[in-house]
Amino acid sequence: MKTRDLGELAVRNLREAVLRNSLTTLGVAVGVASLVAMLSLGVGLQTLASQRLTRSGLFDAVFVTSQRKFRRPGPPPPRDPTPTKESRILDDDVRQQLSKLSNVTEVYPQIRFITDVRCAGKSESTSVLGLPDSSRSSGAFEGMTGAYFSSPTAEEAILQIEFAKVLSDQPPSLVGKDLTLRYAERAALSKDADDEALLDSMMGGGKPGGISIVPHEKTLRIVGITESDPSAGIGGFGGARVYLPLKTAEQLHVAQPDDVQAFLSGNPAKPSYMALTVRVRSPKDVPQVEAAIKQLGFATFSLLDATKSLRLVFTVFDLFLGLFGSLALTVASLGIINTLVMAILERRREIGILKALGATDRDVRSLFFAEAGAMGLFGGVFGVALGWLIGSALTWGTTIYLHRQNLPGVKISYVPWWLALSAIGFAIIVSLIAGLYPASRAARLNPVEALRYE
Amino acid sequence: MPALMLIQAERVSREYRLGETVIRAVDAVSLSIEQGEFLALLGSSGSGKSTLLSMMAGLDRPTCGAIRVRERNLAELEADELARYRRETVGMVFQSFNLLPRMTLEENVELPLRLAEVDRNDRQSRVGEALERVGLAARRRHRPSELSGGEQQRGALARALVNRPAILFADEPTGNLDSVNGEQILLLLREIQGSLGMTIIMVTHERPLAEKFANRIALLSDGRLVSDGAQR
Repeated sequence: MKTRDLGELAVRNLREAVLRNSLTTLGVAVGVASLVAMLSLGVGLQTLASQRLTRSGLFDAVFVTSQRKFRRPGPPPPRDPTPTKESRILDDDVRQQLSKLSNVTEVYPQIRFITDVRCAGKSESTSVLGLPDSSRSSGAFEGMTGAYFSSPTAEEAILQIEFAKVLSDQPPSLVGKDLTLRYAERAALSKDADDEALLDSMMGGGKPGGISIVPHEKTLRIVGITESDPSAGIGGFGGARVYLPLKTAEQLHVAQPDDVQAFLSGNPAKPSYMALTVRVRSPKDVPQVEAAIKQLGFATFSLLDATKSLRLVFTVFDLFLGLFGSLALTVASLGIINTLVMAILERRREIGILKALGATDRDVRSLFFAEAGAMGLFGGVFGVALGWLIGSALTWGTTIYLHRQNLPGVKISYVPWWLALSAIGFAIIVSLIAGLYPASRAARLNPVEALRYE
Repeated sequence: MPALMLIQAERVSREYRLGETVIRAVDAVSLSIEQGEFLALLGSSGSGKSTLLSMMAGLDRPTCGAIRVRERNLAELEADELARYRRETVGMVFQSFNLLPRMTLEENVELPLRLAEVDRNDRQSRVGEALERVGLAARRRHRPSELSGGEQQRGALARALVNRPAILFADEPTGNLDSVNGEQILLLLREIQGSLGMTIIMVTHERPLAEKFANRIALLSDGRLVSDGAQR
């Protein structure tokens, strides 16, 4: 019999015993729904964790430092057998070079300084940090009062809530007000400077040139107040209380600890950085980028191993969720076996008629298989929809709970297309396996005995 | 011109085992049937006529002996070959009509065409032709429960004819019908035999009907062939 005819007959047979077949299909659907709901929870939580960690900048970043020899206290470090590359300073040339590596999305320096801040009639000393534009999507500013910087070069600032509380009893009222930074600006001295002679005498036989450090003020507009600490984590070291756009911070030319090192190494005109953060397209690109940076002669650090452990934990978690979900589907498959065995008893005569009309054993087997498969298909599709609904309800409930706790809502359940298709496929396979015994039993029926059956 | 030999039963026996007891339903029956014959297998209940018919129709296999149809021994055919024989060479009509109750008459008649994988475009015309022949073209959308006994048997006949078989087996086709409808069905069978040149083998226990419509009567008793003679 042709597949289309087989399908038509199977659907027709299912329609005839509509109540029983619907209940069996519902059993499959509930099984699939529990499987989908469990796994969607696992996938959702994994996605949520991955997104949060990726957005935190911890797992898609390589932290680069200069490979300078620095003798720490304590015993000498073991001798490194690999030949040491020439020590290089992290300056703008290196920054450009790193940004051209494949899969690198962004390279930015750590610009942080302690300064006096004047605002709302108060003057406080605190730590200021320049934030790259990618921080906008880091999740650290979700639920903030006010808004993120209007542009990467805006003369704007965001305050950390604890610092805002120091400045005002009503922190939200600070949004829109001006804030003045008083900081030490660094400038390079040229050989043509008036005090060249003085410099020369001070340098003795040293290299010419130098740096000057002058006090400077900059007024910025406060655009937002954040409760989280976006400067926390590796490369951030935490604790900053005022945030500026990175480019704005760079343009301030604030004196940095490395300036003295750069001055001594003879190139004070070029700004140098203590560390650069290299953001990559995805965490899986980290090893390749890290290797390429090491090749250039810099020291690197990343949290790649931590992501591997995280994936392992979630894989085991998903496995257990899948196993519990599959139990319900196994119970449903017993329902399919029961329904089809009952159908054979009821349709014994029909099987006899089909055989008398020339149906082969294979035709009869295929017909029962098709009916089992159809129940699996319908149950699978319905089950995926039901599972999605259960997952959405969980997300909805969780979001309400989180909102009551003054926390932003999260999507804890997620049904990706591969999960939906796999669940339907799994339901069909389980149903076909459940149909094996009834189908072969129907195919083996003796037509004469089947026709005699009343 | 000598008629072609279509079916040859050679010392065919069929035994059933019920515990320790062996029941011989058909006992060493030999029978030859020519193409175009209308043979009535006559006998009382339990005489073995339906069992013999089932074996000739390829629904059952003999315990011993051979049934040759166009020189092929049905006893030696594989299950799939036997199914093909039933599908392509044989049409069957039963006492209890055996139309599938959840299908319309048209769908019932179409069923053998589905099994034979006949092209979908040809099916409607062949179903229409078969229903036309039995006078049920107007009832094609009705379910068996909406038809009278006579109409159901005519529907079953249309289903048996739709694949244009060479042999039509009818097992007590009038058993569930009143005398008027029974005669109408047998008239139809005889007309089909005449117009299509079909070979018809009918099981019945009603001698008057067999004598009125069949060309030849084979009488069975206790599984044995008691007499075999031409009517006219």
